[in-house]
Amino acid sequence: MEITLRSIFTIIHGMGFGVLFLLAFSGAMFELVRIGQGGSAPSNERAVRLYLLAMTILAWLTVLTGAYIIYPWYRAVAPPGADLSSYPQAFLKSHPNTIGWHSLGMEWKEHVAWIAPIAITMVTVVFFHYGRQLRNQLALRRAVLVFVALAFFAAAVAGFSGAMINKYAPVQGGQLFHLLRGA
Amino acid sequence: MTLHDPSSSSELDGALPNGFGAAAILAASIGCFSLGVLTVAGDASKSFARHLILYTRTGPLSGVTTAAIAIWLLAWILLSLRWRTRDVTLRPVLVAAFVLLALSLLLTFPPVVDLF
Repeated sequence: MEITLRSIFTIIHGMGFGVLFLLAFSGAMFELVRIGQGGSAPSNERAVRLYLLAMTILAWLTVLTGAYIIYPWYRAVAPPGADLSSYPQAFLKSHPNTIGWHSLGMEWKEHVAWIAPIAITMVTVVFFHYGRQLRNQLALRRAVLVFVALAFFAAAVAGFSGAMINKYAPVQGGQLFHLLRGA
Repeated sequence: MTLHDPSSSSELDGALPNGFGAAAILAASIGCFSLGVLTVAGDASKSFARHLILYTRTGPLSGVTTAAIAIWLLAWILLSLRWRTRDVTLRPVLVAAFVLLALSLLLTFPPVVDLF
């Protein structure tokens, strides 16, 4: 049982940062709605701040690792005659049944994903500033909730596309690590 | 957009002015919209795309996202300086923000990008 260095980074990017970010959304939405209804104690407000801060850090780590570590491996140009399985973009574009995962999936993912950190950073800063006073700012609170939903949508599109792309053309290569030896 | 809204006067009830939040929301929308515009521009013009390459291995995406983030932060600073201590009429700010957000989603969707 072995895994490549590039696979490890892809797992950290997608199943680590990305999935944790997506999993955190329901909690953020619940707390922001609850605070708006006046159902949150001051001690809980601090926890929500830390929670949103963690989401913001996860969102930025996800897009930065994606764009500057994984994506260069994905889009590497294959030399003539190379085995395309090591060049995911070229591999996907080489067959009519898979080209859509690049031309729609990756082209959408690589851009829309950046909406998530922008949106959740705004939400976090607004919550740090207003805290439970958001309860008295109905229009602001609703707008903040829209941005939370938007960040979720952007991250979900990116996550789904990334998972499917990695299924058809996994990012592989680099140093090989042996996890377990077979019997 | 910057007119004082008497219905939400912070001076009367001790609440924080809504201008800080309005600035943050509108700036985030401007940042997202910039991302969409730069995505379309980079796709439509190869020469413009070359100018967007800040990190060769990532290609034009590096410039698209860096420029969008710079525009977002600049808009946020400027709007905050103007609005943070006052109440603004939120409705036109939010309408503008949501229109920009909708456009940003459209302009990052590949079938729409390919129309330009």
